Amino acid sequence: MLVLGIETSCDETGVALYDTEAGLLAHQLHTQMAMHARYGGVVPELASRDHIRRAIPLMEACLAEAGRTLKDLDAVAYTRGPGLGGALLVGASVANALAFGLGIPVVGVHHLEGHLLSPLLADPKPDFPFVALLVSGGHTQLMAVHGIGQYEILGETLDDAAGEAFDKTAKLLGLPYPGGPMLSRLAEEGDPQRFTLPRPMLHADSLDMSFSGLKTAVLTLVTQTQATLGEIDETTRKDICRAFQEAIVEVLVTKSLKALRQTGMKRLVVAGGVGANKQLRAGLDTAAARRGLEVFYPPLSLCTDNGAMIAYAGAMRLSQRSPAGSFGVAPRWDLTTLPRP
Amino acid sequence: MGGDDNSVVDGYLKDEQATLALGATVARHLPSGGVIYLLGDLGAGKTTFTRGLLNGLGHIGRVKSPTYTLVETYTPTPVLTLHHFDLYRFGDPMEWEDAGFRDYFGPDTLCIVEWPEKAAGALPPADLTLQLTVEGTGRHYCLTAGTPTGTACLRTISTPPAVG
Repeated sequence: MLVLGIETSCDETGVALYDTEAGLLAHQLHTQMAMHARYGGVVPELASRDHIRRAIPLMEACLAEAGRTLKDLDAVAYTRGPGLGGALLVGASVANALAFGLGIPVVGVHHLEGHLLSPLLADPKPDFPFVALLVSGGHTQLMAVHGIGQYEILGETLDDAAGEAFDKTAKLLGLPYPGGPMLSRLAEEGDPQRFTLPRPMLHADSLDMSFSGLKTAVLTLVTQTQATLGEIDETTRKDICRAFQEAIVEVLVTKSLKALRQTGMKRLVVAGGVGANKQLRAGLDTAAARRGLEVFYPPLSLCTDNGAMIAYAGAMRLSQRSPAGSFGVAPRWDLTTLPRP
Repeated sequence: MGGDDNSVVDGYLKDEQATLALGATVARHLPSGGVIYLLGDLGAGKTTFTRGLLNGLGHIGRVKSPTYTLVETYTPTPVLTLHHFDLYRFGDPMEWEDAGFRDYFGPDTLCIVEWPEKAAGALPPADLTLQLTVEGTGRHYCLTAGTPTGTACLRTISTPPAVG
């Protein structure tokens, strides 16, 4: 079954072709990284009309990349929610028009289901059940995944997402865009012993997390250091970056292990942009190896929002005869209310 | 809280608890809808204030940063919808129109907007504007009324309740 996937929930347009026999055939994404860097900040281009401009050319590029035509499609999957209403409607309209015109099924996919199934596009892929750590600029959640459509939220951030904490702290430290990855690079050269930042809720029984206090703690640390040292020199900046990253990584590793312990599961799946962080990967890999647990990551190119995960999740739902969706969007949509296929 | 002027209330918040309490105070004196702008740097406590306000209105549960989702919606009471916007990621005020956010405003709707300057000219005017400034380990706050509704709200905040 050949499925076209369309993702337009926020500010990236992603289109992909997934074949249930041959795997991922094509994957196209419109990002504005170069433009962002030029303006020194994020230029989201949230405009629904930007998705309108990108969707069809990206779809044509996918078909060309895979050497297929529209007639080869067996189904269309799109992100039904959660996300911005106007942006979601573009994907929903394109997907439904295509499916109607071609006389094939259309399925609306939950954006987070796409993310947490994305590691299944890797080789080797994890078997069910597993604990998923979804950690990105917009989300920080731990979930128990028993099978397709069987998701249980174990814990999540009460305020800022981990990736958001990275980006905002980078901005506080005066780092140029994109701040998060650069903060991580500086942290690698920092001294982990010099400063210690708080780890909120680290020892709480719950699997919930909180990262907004870290931003304030960094702000206070910068002010105090400026008061004693004058200017923040390069070494000090690296040491602050390191202290920040140590705090985030320790919270994520500790909570992930706690989730595995509580559920008795042996596999951890990491999805989302922050899953690319080297220190986080090293921390998780080391901790898991020591306990005989396995950790899986999606291919790097599928960590951020993309159409491949939507095509894949749609294919899984259709192949398990889940009722196909009707035309609609769900800007606010609770993942745990999804039906089993 | 000082000043005789009914259109400005200001003071000092020594910690996060004080910021939450200010949110709860504003919640008690709010009209049934309106627009509040929140100004202040990263880490100044804008989302913390919103959490205090929502808790003051009776919302129990999470109040997540809307930075990436741009808007989080709550129904703290059966008759009130609250939209919490964060325009930090906007690059151009036109994005306000393009995202369709104009449709979020209406009667019985309270809109709280962080980083309103990112959509300057496109936003409806604020009834109240809260400016938070980092001062040592605490924050200085300044509430300003922008409409008669806002002035009436500030008057009830700055006037101690009558005894008896």
